[in-house]
Amino acid sequence: MSTPLLELRDVYRSFEKDRVTIPVLQDINLAVHENEILCIVGESGCGKTTTGKIIAGLNDPSSGSVLIRGRERATFTKEEQSKLRREFQIVHQDPFASLNPAHTIEQILSFPLKRHKLVSDRASLRRRIWELLTLVDLTPPGDIVNKYPHQLSGGQRQRVSIARALTVQPRLIVADEAVSMVDVSIRVGILKMLHQLRAEFGMSIVFITHDLALAKYFAWEGRIAVMYLGRIVEIGRTPDVIGNPAHPYTRALLAAVPEADPDITRRKQPMRLRSDDIPKLTAIPRGCAFHPRCPFFVPGTCDHDVPTLAPSAEHPQEFACTPLQQEGSLQPYAT
Amino acid sequence: MKNRDVVLSVRGLSVSYLARRGRVRAVNNVSFDLHAGETLAFIGESGCGKSTLNLALIRTLPKAASIDAGQALYTDRSGTLIDVMKLSDRAMKQFLWSECSMVFQGALNSLNPVLRISEMVYDTAAAHGMDRKMAQKEALGLFEKVRLDAHRVFNSYPHELSGGMRQRVLLAVALLLRPQIVIMDEPTTAVDILTQRSILDVLKELRAELNFSTIFISHDLAVAAEIADTIATMYAGDIVEIGPVEEVFYRPKHAYTLSLLDAAPRLSFGHEELDSIPGSPPDLIAPPPGCKFHERCRFATERCAAQVPPTEIVAPADDQQQAHLVACFERTAVAQAQRRRMGVNA
Ligand SMILES: Nc1ncnc2c1ncn2[C@@H]1O[C@H](COP(=O)(O)OP(=O)(O)OP(=O)(O)O)[C@@H](O)[C@H]1O
Ligand SMILES: Nc1ncnc2c1ncn2[C@@H]1O[C@H](COP(=O)(O)OP(=O)(O)OP(=O)(O)O)[C@@H](O)[C@H]1O
Ligand SMILES: [Mg+2]
Ligand SMILES: [Mg+2]
Repeated sequence: MSTPLLELRDVYRSFEKDRVTIPVLQDINLAVHENEILCIVGESGCGKTTTGKIIAGLNDPSSGSVLIRGRERATFTKEEQSKLRREFQIVHQDPFASLNPAHTIEQILSFPLKRHKLVSDRASLRRRIWELLTLVDLTPPGDIVNKYPHQLSGGQRQRVSIARALTVQPRLIVADEAVSMVDVSIRVGILKMLHQLRAEFGMSIVFITHDLALAKYFAWEGRIAVMYLGRIVEIGRTPDVIGNPAHPYTRALLAAVPEADPDITRRKQPMRLRSDDIPKLTAIPRGCAFHPRCPFFVPGTCDHDVPTLAPSAEHPQEFACTPLQQEGSLQPYAT
Repeated sequence: MKNRDVVLSVRGLSVSYLARRGRVRAVNNVSFDLHAGETLAFIGESGCGKSTLNLALIRTLPKAASIDAGQALYTDRSGTLIDVMKLSDRAMKQFLWSECSMVFQGALNSLNPVLRISEMVYDTAAAHGMDRKMAQKEALGLFEKVRLDAHRVFNSYPHELSGGMRQRVLLAVALLLRPQIVIMDEPTTAVDILTQRSILDVLKELRAELNFSTIFISHDLAVAAEIADTIATMYAGDIVEIGPVEEVFYRPKHAYTLSLLDAAPRLSFGHEELDSIPGSPPDLIAPPPGCKFHERCRFATERCAAQVPPTEIVAPADDQQQAHLVACFERTAVAQAQRRRMGVNA
């Protein structure tokens, strides 16, 4: 395969809080290719946003490296870095928080276009803004340009933040829970638009969500990474991960999700965990961090070494579960 | 339906807010029945009036709101019929918690931070003449039932508990005075998958054991599909379709319900074609004429723009389940589209 657009190698990231070091990301190895869709899923606090920010260049690893087209980001010159900031854009969950309420939509879109000198005169500025609003299906643009963010619906605001990300013609967009706050009815429209933009411009999209059904839909032709307590526990092609999950944590998540179909959702096999409590990042369990909750816990193995990501004969995707890698199947833990 | 006794019969309920721009018609001439032991789920887009309707049922609306018309006939355990809309404020205070309680939208994030859970329990109990000893005993029992570490949680402050634990506390406290009806407004929104699972499981267990009726509000179709016996679809303040969960999911008759289903991804269905609904919900101050959905509807005809569709029975009630009612002129076209959809995705 060609050199990835972006690669995280052995990324470790921690934060200091009250003089305590909190390890938020550990051993993250991840590649994003040109034109690829990569979905990151996992529960609150598992490190999705931190990973997204490192990808977008808003944050740096505490150790490990970020490679852009094979070259260490840390070695980029100032000029190269500023070009990079344009190539990698992030769209946040709450467009209200990220769109200046005192500016019209036209102004919001003008700033980056002017700052990066992407337009030569007023006429081309206007043309570009019209184009962008049309791209994100905010039509007719004439109805939108003079409005303020609060005069738009949640879905429309999110389209504006996507349009703003597109002003600088990025190669990669990190969409961090970008549709979590908009209604189901409107979500799909935004996702389809992102698909189209990717097809048209060859962008890569890193899609962060806690909604597995949405991840399945959006990333069907891409990959999914499942995170737990700061580590990737499973990563692979979406149909493999969703259709035949390997890691017990992925299995637990999939078993727990209700489905918009009464018969199917009521017939789903539940998977009881040994504990409902998510450990704190300051006290991550030894070995596999999931072992205290895992119904397939193997004493002496799971609570000893950190499992590494690898595929198996039954599972083409990579997963970090030693017993499954070694035995090819999982046995319930008997207390 | 587990039991055919109607506990709550709502007829012609209308609620509006007085806003600067005019009157917001948030709930319009809404009618439905809730049976003993039944779980009724309201679905629909943000702003369609789900919370307003349910706040009206316990008369806890904000000041700007008024109940313009309608009845909510409640049958208490002795068989006496009470119109909740006519209760005095004092009687209403008693009604709340002991006959009907509500877990409010977002409540798990707005618990009073300086009150221990025990104080919250005592306050609720005291208002209804239950003494502290009894309240503690009842609360601990319910905390066990919702799978909490009862004693520890009873003595905790809200911030010491996770979101899922707080939501289970709220559910337990809602049941403290053994009401016949519990209303839950978006209880699993913004919580994690495994937390949502434990809340749903606990609710199902409690429901089976205590046999209360539940009104469940959720914009998440999957949660509604799992938890509800009956589904009511709301659009722009109207109930546009109501019926047994299988009827509404497998044989929807309203174009809006079908459009919602078309937009919801299902995990176990592999690759799916989904469709969003064009446009956005109408302004409730000046809603469109005819069927309020017609501007966004792919089935709409001239009639839909001109006339308000009447609510009609498409499948009668039997001793198992409620009738299926719908207000859509194009329900034959909707049914056809649904058959094609099932054929493609099945
Ligand atoms: N600047 C910071 N300082 C201290 N801790 C931080 C900081 N940023 C993130 N964290 C912590 O890192 C952990 C991971 O946070 P992150 O926002 O990446 O999670 P997430 O998976 O995006 O969660 P969510 O689904 O809630 O958005 C959390 O425990 C969070 O509190
Ligand atoms: N205090 C208020 N003053 C004026 N209008 C209000 C007020 N509260 C709600 N509304 C309006 O009433 C309508 C119904 O709101 P409601 O909160 O009942 O909707 P909902 O279906 O519960 O939405 P959500 O899914 O977002 O919780 C909306 O159009 C809303 O803007
Ligand atoms: Mg996040
Ligand atoms: Mg609401």
